[in-house]
Amino acid sequence: MPQPRRTPLHEIHEELGASFTEFAGWHMPLRYTGETAEHNAVRNTAGLFDLTHMGEIRISGGQAAEALDYALPANASGIKVGRARYTMLCNAQGGILDDLIVYRTAEREFLIVANAANAAVVSTELAERVRGFDAVHNDVSAEYALLAVQGPKAAAILAPLTPMDLDEVRYFAGYESKVAGCEVLLARTGYTGEDGFELFLSPDDAPSVWRALTDSGAEHDLRPAGLACRDTLRLEAGMPLYGNELSADLTPFHANLGRIVRLDKSADFVGKQALAPVAEKPTERTLVGLRSAGRRAPRHDYRILDADGNEIGVVTSGAPSPTLGHPIAMAYVDRSFSEPGTALQVDIRGKAADVEVVELPFYNRNR
Amino acid sequence: MASEATRYTQEHEWVSPTGDGIVRIGITDYAQQQLGDVVFVQLPDVGEHVAEGATMGEVESTKSVSDLYAPVAGEVVARNEQLDNRPELVNAQPYTDGWMVDIRLEDPAVLERLLDESAYRELLDQG
Repeated sequence: MPQPRRTPLHEIHEELGASFTEFAGWHMPLRYTGETAEHNAVRNTAGLFDLTHMGEIRISGGQAAEALDYALPANASGIKVGRARYTMLCNAQGGILDDLIVYRTAEREFLIVANAANAAVVSTELAERVRGFDAVHNDVSAEYALLAVQGPKAAAILAPLTPMDLDEVRYFAGYESKVAGCEVLLARTGYTGEDGFELFLSPDDAPSVWRALTDSGAEHDLRPAGLACRDTLRLEAGMPLYGNELSADLTPFHANLGRIVRLDKSADFVGKQALAPVAEKPTERTLVGLRSAGRRAPRHDYRILDADGNEIGVVTSGAPSPTLGHPIAMAYVDRSFSEPGTALQVDIRGKAADVEVVELPFYNRNR
Repeated sequence: MASEATRYTQEHEWVSPTGDGIVRIGITDYAQQQLGDVVFVQLPDVGEHVAEGATMGEVESTKSVSDLYAPVAGEVVARNEQLDNRPELVNAQPYTDGWMVDIRLEDPAVLERLLDESAYRELLDQG
């Protein structure tokens, strides 16, 4: 077995007393003090994450946009320089191989961010798909560390460290800039349901930028935040996680994310033939939110039952919500049971627990 | 850790004699760290009889839910009512205020079969 990789911030995490977890071949901080406190910090002040395990792939060249129009369901050529798009990589059957963020960093250059667990698959697929176009594929995962500062105080913490006017950086925008004197791609993106920024930078610069953010964040109650709270944050925000809500057996339409499939674009793209008919009629099962009045949380793979005890769905993610104070879950259910207000039951380790279908997301920050 | 007479299990529970053939039971510091923030503890009722190795409750954290095994057979004579409203005590003070149940031992000799502190430390060191 190969040893898990360490991020350039590993020593800092150790100094902070982190508990580590192995994730997708990386040794990542799971929590520092406790995930509930870290979760609450991101909701109320700010949290600082090391996300270096994420994969980055650069596609550049005269036909970079055309190549991605073919490779992805997104309208890549319609993305303005400095803007980003949430999209997915689908296979020829329309199944989801990963969800991605695509940043257009220059007229002829895109940076694609993939989940750590899927980074190799995404890189290989993209290399294959852009062949034949005037486009160069580079797996640049090793060239980037990724820090995220997330929470209502994120802008106040970052602002003193960068010449960038953060008011000019809109949600899902990203620009080359400097933070604490180091070159970064500074993007207003995240996976927490809060305002926040993601900084792509050289691994060599990561420790000094982390420390600069920590110093600047001291007066704003910034806390280091691990992967454990990232999961409850994204769940409250109704954001899907690959391997839970998304898989190769499902299309974007199943996950209520059909809007990312741009069947209206002129270019042909991988998966188009399979996805076009899926768009025409509602999928049999669909992704819903569930809330429970009890204390036990529905968890991944628990069965969902109707009033007669028939299995009509399955839980994909679930946890006690630190912000809302009751258990929440996302689940695929038969469409006839997907209306908000529908009363259902979850088989929680052999006992049926009452749940109710609710609108997603569970949590919306005050805008 | 707890007193010298305290014993431990492979499932990371501690068992501490309190006198009169009664033991107090909780989970170890290692166990609470592995679980993460505990949000719900389900304990057996007083008067319930538990069999050695049987599931007697569960501990739910933000991340997961784990069974609580009865490390010894006997009758539940007390449960930590405080955990109903303050499950976080399991994280904060696993060996004291975060205790779970008191059990009257069916067989006092059972303690000799559990791990002593050095054996438990060895188990942890093996990772």
